[in-house]
Amino acid sequence: MRTMILAASILAIGLAGCGRKPLATAPTAAEQGAGGTAGAGANNDEVGLVELPASQQALVAAAGTDTIHFDTDQSTIRDSDRAVLAAQAKWLLANPNVRASVEGHADERGTREYNQALGERRANAAKTFLIGQGVPEARLLVISWGKERPVALGNDEASHAQNRRVVTVIVR
Amino acid sequence: MRVLTLLLAALAASPAAAQDSDPPEVVGGSVRTAQTVAVPVLPTRNADPGLGAQVASVIASDLRSTGAFAPIGPQGLPGVSFAQGTNPDFPTWRSAGAAQLVSGYVEGGAAGSLTLACVLFDVQSGRELVRQGYAVSAGNWRRAAHKCADAVYAKLTGEQPYLDTRVVFVAETGPQTRRLKRIAIMDSDGSNLRYLTEGEATVVTPRFSPDGSRLAYLSYQGRRGRVFVMDLAAGTKRLLVPGLVQTSAPRFSPDGRRIAFAMSAGGNTDIYVTNADGSGSPVRLTTSPGIDTAPSFSPDGSRIVFESDRSGAQQLYVMNADGSDERRISRGGPSASPVWSPRGDTIAFVRTGAFRIGVMNPDGSGERLLTDGWQDESPSWAPNGQFVMFNRFTRAGATGLYAVPLSGGPARRLPTPQDGSDPSWSPLQR
Repeated sequence: MRTMILAASILAIGLAGCGRKPLATAPTAAEQGAGGTAGAGANNDEVGLVELPASQQALVAAAGTDTIHFDTDQSTIRDSDRAVLAAQAKWLLANPNVRASVEGHADERGTREYNQALGERRANAAKTFLIGQGVPEARLLVISWGKERPVALGNDEASHAQNRRVVTVIVR
Repeated sequence: MRVLTLLLAALAASPAAAQDSDPPEVVGGSVRTAQTVAVPVLPTRNADPGLGAQVASVIASDLRSTGAFAPIGPQGLPGVSFAQGTNPDFPTWRSAGAAQLVSGYVEGGAAGSLTLACVLFDVQSGRELVRQGYAVSAGNWRRAAHKCADAVYAKLTGEQPYLDTRVVFVAETGPQTRRLKRIAIMDSDGSNLRYLTEGEATVVTPRFSPDGSRLAYLSYQGRRGRVFVMDLAAGTKRLLVPGLVQTSAPRFSPDGRRIAFAMSAGGNTDIYVTNADGSGSPVRLTTSPGIDTAPSFSPDGSRIVFESDRSGAQQLYVMNADGSDERRISRGGPSASPVWSPRGDTIAFVRTGAFRIGVMNPDGSGERLLTDGWQDESPSWAPNGQFVMFNRFTRAGATGLYAVPLSGGPARRLPTPQDGSDPSWSPLQR
């Protein structure tokens, strides 16, 4: 049983229609503020978003963690993680000058294509929860790393469970 | 490279030249048993004698890699004089136990050019089966050797050639938690490797355009996954869909003019198609709530196979290239990453859960699994549709490139200097 969390931003690219429509890509204001000029010159994964380590530590101190975890192939926020996200939202509302990059990850036991989509689905679930807590959508970015950035090295369920995650990264 | 029609004047007269040269032992398009093919050191004239051994080594290695032949040589075989290169002493090769003989010569020409004469003989009958010549610049001798091996393979198996090809893949180094991933390109035997990106951003899933001139790939440049298109000759890279929307899983259409890909937003991933040159706007092809990804065109461009989890698990679907008439084709376990064979009659895929490479007919029938590694992924077809390349993760997290014959049999590892993943097999080079 999968739980689909459909956010309003889907509609912005025309999901609700039937048949084939030209795309009207409508990145949020927050997305337009990040990323810089894609494709220009030397670059790296981090360009366009400046991480704020002190703010990150403050978020972790306030919410207990910046990371929530997921069951295999699931994007449903666990009950135990709802309090974590609520605390993150509270911190974000108290610190209006930063944005959050909500970054979804998958474990290694999946194909690259699918995990890219699954990470986005997880990050979007967390973003939707944060919006529900009152965080303005314009301050939230959704990014999927697929399975390209594991935190646990092992190829066992304990490691996979650590890698199925969404990390709230505080950025300027 | 120029393919020459070798004039008989350039070759000593052969006792049974060229007539009625049906290949032996061809059954159902494949060779019944691995045939012993002798590949002696080729004689040289006006060229480095060492080149004769190097060319023969590449030919023998190529033939071995097909799984259809048991080449012997060049080490340990009798020497061949320049005259014998095109006029063999057959009793010598019969006593060596060879069924066929690859011979010829390497001759140096003006301005460092080389000519490889490639002649295939049936040893028992003494018949000449193949006679080809390849003119190359000195630095390109390996390609002439691949062409020769291709001509031998094609003649003896009845299949299309595939050895003079390249492979683009992701070269991986460093710990899993901070992996450096670069796009690399090499000949399909692992030689001539070079890097097309330098690790400035994580890159995955590079895929050749049908003519081999461009790549579409996913880069995390700018901290988000988006599809870029690289022109190999110019070295330029361009974002496929302008803006910050996350795109992935690109594949070119057979005419090279369009790219099908996945776009993710709002927790939903759908398949779109857009012009490969960046003109126009993407057109949406799927609308299911869920993850629709990994599109791959049929070779005639009329249909697209893709994966979707709309049923609750990843399964394969086929639709018309305009998005109409979607229908599920896979009937077994969860299936992902489908790739349509260049011959059109087979689809390779990943059986998720077990992570095996499998094949099925385009209507979903005839499913069979070809591999059984710890985690096999990212299938890519040889241009002749007879082999599937893929990458195999070990449980320890290492990954290498392998190719497995469609007809079954063991997967063969391709040498790469570092870990490799996400291979894409080029078309046959001209």
